[in-house]
Amino acid sequence: MSALVEKLSSKQQDSLIWFKAAAISDFPDDGGACIKYKGYQVAVFNFDNKQRWYACQNLCPHKKEMALARGLTGSCKDEPKVTCPFHKKSFSLHSGESLNEEAYCIKTFPVKVEEGHVYVGFDSSY
Amino acid sequence: MKRIIVIGNGMVGYKFCEKLVASNYAAHYTLTVFGEEPWPAYDRVHLSSYFSEANAEKLYMAPLSWYEAHGIDLRIKELIVGIDRQSKAVISHKGETYFYDYLILATGSGAFVPNIKGIDKKGVFVYRTLEDLEHIMSYGKQVQSATVIGGGLLGLEAAKAVLDMGLSADVVEFASRLMPRQLDEAGAHLLKTKLEQLGIQIHLSKMTTEITGNKAIAGLAFADGTSLETEMLIISAGIRPRDELAQTCGLQVHDRGGFVVNDKLQTSDPYIFAIGEAASVEGIVYGLIAPGVEMARQVANQLMGQEVTPFTSFDMSTKLKLIGVEVGSFGDPLGESEPVETIVFEDKVKGIYKRINISKARKRLVGGVLVGDTSSYGMLLQIVQNQLVLPPNPEDLILGSRGDQTAGSGLGIDALPDSAQICSCENICKSALCGIIASGIEDIGQLKSKSKAGTGCGGCLPLMNDLLKHQLKTMGKVVKNVVCEHFEYTRQELLDIIKVKQIRSFKVLLTEVGQGDGCEICKPLVASLLASTWNEHITKQDTIQDTNDRFLANIQKGGTYSVVPRIPAGEITPDKLIVIGEIAKSYGLYTKITGGQRIDMFGARVEQLPDIWERLIDAGFESGHAYGKSLRTVKSCVGSMWCRYGVQDAVSFAIEIEERYRGLRSPHKLKSAVSGCTRECAEAQSKDFGIIATEKGWNLYVCGNGGTKPQHALLLANDIDSETCIKYIDRFLMFYIKTAEPLNRTATWLNKLEGGIAYLKDVVVNDVLGIGEELEKEMQFVIDTYACEWKEVVNNPELRAKFKPFVNSNEGDPSIKFKALRGQKIPALSQD
Repeated sequence: MSALVEKLSSKQQDSLIWFKAAAISDFPDDGGACIKYKGYQVAVFNFDNKQRWYACQNLCPHKKEMALARGLTGSCKDEPKVTCPFHKKSFSLHSGESLNEEAYCIKTFPVKVEEGHVYVGFDSSY
Repeated sequence: MKRIIVIGNGMVGYKFCEKLVASNYAAHYTLTVFGEEPWPAYDRVHLSSYFSEANAEKLYMAPLSWYEAHGIDLRIKELIVGIDRQSKAVISHKGETYFYDYLILATGSGAFVPNIKGIDKKGVFVYRTLEDLEHIMSYGKQVQSATVIGGGLLGLEAAKAVLDMGLSADVVEFASRLMPRQLDEAGAHLLKTKLEQLGIQIHLSKMTTEITGNKAIAGLAFADGTSLETEMLIISAGIRPRDELAQTCGLQVHDRGGFVVNDKLQTSDPYIFAIGEAASVEGIVYGLIAPGVEMARQVANQLMGQEVTPFTSFDMSTKLKLIGVEVGSFGDPLGESEPVETIVFEDKVKGIYKRINISKARKRLVGGVLVGDTSSYGMLLQIVQNQLVLPPNPEDLILGSRGDQTAGSGLGIDALPDSAQICSCENICKSALCGIIASGIEDIGQLKSKSKAGTGCGGCLPLMNDLLKHQLKTMGKVVKNVVCEHFEYTRQELLDIIKVKQIRSFKVLLTEVGQGDGCEICKPLVASLLASTWNEHITKQDTIQDTNDRFLANIQKGGTYSVVPRIPAGEITPDKLIVIGEIAKSYGLYTKITGGQRIDMFGARVEQLPDIWERLIDAGFESGHAYGKSLRTVKSCVGSMWCRYGVQDAVSFAIEIEERYRGLRSPHKLKSAVSGCTRECAEAQSKDFGIIATEKGWNLYVCGNGGTKPQHALLLANDIDSETCIKYIDRFLMFYIKTAEPLNRTATWLNKLEGGIAYLKDVVVNDVLGIGEELEKEMQFVIDTYACEWKEVVNNPELRAKFKPFVNSNEGDPSIKFKALRGQKIPALSQD
């Protein structure tokens, strides 16, 4: 069963378009920066000195501000999160769900690091 | 459906409604309430706070909407002038008739006005209602001095109000001591000494025979032939129950006033009840809130068919803070009810007096008096009320245990029986509170709102706090103000760790004493601690800063930033004004004068910030730290340089202060001001620290606040020279930085600081902790290591490169849009 799930998800990953965003060194340590992909703004974060990477939409759904990349990162229990600098709304970087028990949620994207570069995965709808 | 009518919407009348609402009266009754005053019931106990805040709504027991929401027909500004017992109806001054099945008289009391010659002169007032206060305040503006007749509880409250108005205050008391019903000779004498130190003149054993003056009062003449000059008189010589309605319907009243009621609080007509100060129980009128609330509960319970115990007598214990002096009186304070032995402790140096009365058999505590320190009041009252057995050395009760660990034990909150009454206003016992705490209460605010305990006089709050902490502890909950889930320490403990372990980065601190990845609470908090301690450039660890500190500018709607250069004390040359104008023009920035005498330029894109600052720095400007939890502005008036009233050079001193503390990181933002004379044009008393010039030097005020909960700053030191003033500010600010909880302004910090302003004065002025020099040294380090953050960024290409919206593109953010308004630009949001 678990092998099947792995296969399925790797298949899903295959269909992603991996966008080469920027060099690892272009990102700040333990924090976020914004990248542009086509017309979209995507916030990319790293934790533990660039060991763990996450990405999500830059738009905070609360007041529609392009701001999440400039938010503080952190964790809530084991959940990695980002907090919008405008009104301190927090979102899980795993699920994209609000951590303030509100109806807002954000889109998250997979990230991989290869040969000194950071790639963000988009499906074909982007 | 039966009809209840309540005459009177004071505190007790309101409490009656509250009790009925709590037992869902609406299924059985309609409820109509009449109040003659133009506002709903308000908190008369804390009336004098009206002088410092002048906000009547804050004093309301409940907003008008509360009555509406609970189906209560509240008719304010409507006076009931007659009762027709035959047809069970009341008649209002408008001539309207309202029928009742049960009538509640909660008419309260009016001020007792003694029959003195000249009582009708201008400038003579009573101290009772909000309207009285408004009259007092408006008359007080034209005079310099005011006298209060009456040295009891309410009279001394009135004297505080006189001080708050900035007038010189005199108190005249007929008896040979202050608060004769609550305090003994020695306790009252100490209270008198303390009040005199605060500038209140006290005149005892004085019977006023005449109010002198032509049309308006000019003075008082006393029976002993002496006299006193005064421009205003406030009478607070006791209360007189409002029982005049009895005459219209033949209800029985007591010779000394008040509707006569039985132990079910029924008047001579069984369908009419009287509660509060309008009722006379066994010849006694209870002029305190707690017995009034108890009466309200009794009657409400009767009407709702619930069990009631007869109302016979009521404990008159009281504890309050009179003009900063703590006074407590409990049980039988003077030992008049039975033969007693007394134990007295007096410390004239610290100004503390404590007396306890114990029964002849030395088994029970009967009552006592506390002046200057009422910390043991709650526990002592409990011992009296619950008839607890006294410890072998009863003096421990007021002295504390001295060395011997066993003494005094068994008298903690633990020893109280479950039935112990904790809140006497609401009659709530220990077991009820424990039950509520067990249902998942974490702080005192929740406990108050869920239990209603502590919402009356507030005297039981310390005891409730102890109980809460104790219960949480026994439930295995750690009671500690930890920062967040990542650090099991308080802010102050983290500061100590940073200093002792010489930690300079968030990452190291998290690895050594924290867990997880940090969050939006602990990261900026640690950043602030590191900055206050090491004062290194804050962009060195930019990703632990809030976005404003990360980009050294204030984020605004639409994602652009605003730029505020420092303009110390608001003094600026025409040339510099032109530079700001030119920069704003070339970047198309919206400009506005801030509340702190500076100029704010809005609408800068993140990538424009370094260029804008390069030009500002070239013209001699530096960062204004408007983005930081740090010193913002030191506002000033023009002072003796130009102003014909100025007594000191306010602008020069404000510049010196602003340049001294610029860049200082603190638990929250800091605002300051310097006024050149007592007219206070710089509004220094609303600042975290404010300075007002005097003929002899400066008065230093601290812990003021504007914002949501305005609070006036308190005087820390007066008539000090500039050097001393700066020394005290150094100590004050560093002490605040070291001890405040995160994001607490100085006002909030002071409100939580045990011992309040007196303790702060002890630490800063008297240096009782012996840390004055250390605090000054720490401040000097921060001052010596100051550097303009923007200057460093502008001159450092690596730091400059961080100011761009996208890492994979050199474009600007296309989502930023503006529209025009009155010749400038403002953000155009997506919904526009």
